[in-house]
Amino acid sequence: MPMQVRLNGEVRELPDGITVSGLLAHLGVKAQRVAVEVNETVVTKDRYEAHRLGAGDSIEIVAFVGGG
Amino acid sequence: MADTWSIGKYTFTSRLLVGTGKFPDFPTMQKAHVASGAEVVTVAVRRLDLSAKGEASLLEWIPKGMTLLPNTAACFTADEAVRTARLGRELGMGDLVKLEVIGDPRTLFPDVVGLVEAAKVLVKEGFTVLPYTNDDPVTAKRLEDAGCAAIMPLGAPIGSGLGLRNPYNLRIIMETAKVPVLVDAGVGTASDAAIAMELGAVAVLMNTAIAGAKDPVLMAAAMRDAVSAGRQAFLAGRIPMKLHAAASSPLTGLIGS
Repeated sequence: MPMQVRLNGEVRELPDGITVSGLLAHLGVKAQRVAVEVNETVVTKDRYEAHRLGAGDSIEIVAFVGGG
Repeated sequence: MADTWSIGKYTFTSRLLVGTGKFPDFPTMQKAHVASGAEVVTVAVRRLDLSAKGEASLLEWIPKGMTLLPNTAACFTADEAVRTARLGRELGMGDLVKLEVIGDPRTLFPDVVGLVEAAKVLVKEGFTVLPYTNDDPVTAKRLEDAGCAAIMPLGAPIGSGLGLRNPYNLRIIMETAKVPVLVDAGVGTASDAAIAMELGAVAVLMNTAIAGAKDPVLMAAAMRDAVSAGRQAFLAGRIPMKLHAAASSPLTGLIGS
């Protein structure tokens, strides 16, 4: 069963019960290069394996870019 | 003894802090960073472009050993800035944050009410907070009281290159604050950086003045020298200004007298 989440501002369907690690693998994103926030709270890297995403979650995946 | 300066638990020798935005390309940025001699470099936190695969990472182009200073640029509320700072800490594994809460899109002037509010939250969470603020001594005091590790008043609007528009206020802040005062934003060319240091700034932070120059690498070297010259002039103590001449050569012993 797919579930709907909001990922970086866009509505997406993800497999039900996917973890943060699972999501990053699914997206082909290297975990070391990003930070993840779920429902306005940072999920630290040590919790990627354990943290399961739920329907309606708002997920932000960010990285460093150039800035002043 | 080396002329160092400290913020929180960090100690630096270079008094020039540089940015990573708006460079023509990463190799030029890297060369400019090396030429600048800077030890601290700002970075921004943004949503990862999920459609772009295998893009070059900014971090791979920042010279090893430089300390990352994540910013909260383009945050318009204290809440956004706090969330961005937390994500920056998670990304960079350091507790430094250049705190920006912007109040107006056209001037990018800080929302000082939101800034103080965000600073209080982040200080409580153990961040070493460097707030980008207006050239207002009262706000500077509020930020210091909130526990900020430094105060970073603007010289002029971000990216404007207008130089130091209110050197008198900046000097008041520098004379009053007990934490380091860094001039952040507004520098256009080397003399602006030197003036900031002559006024007594502990350091100068700039991005566009280097990245946007015709030759960013050469400008980075110019800024390094200007910051160093300005610092030395400040330590040396300039002469007072006088309206009339004071001769440097003896006025006696002239021939034919």
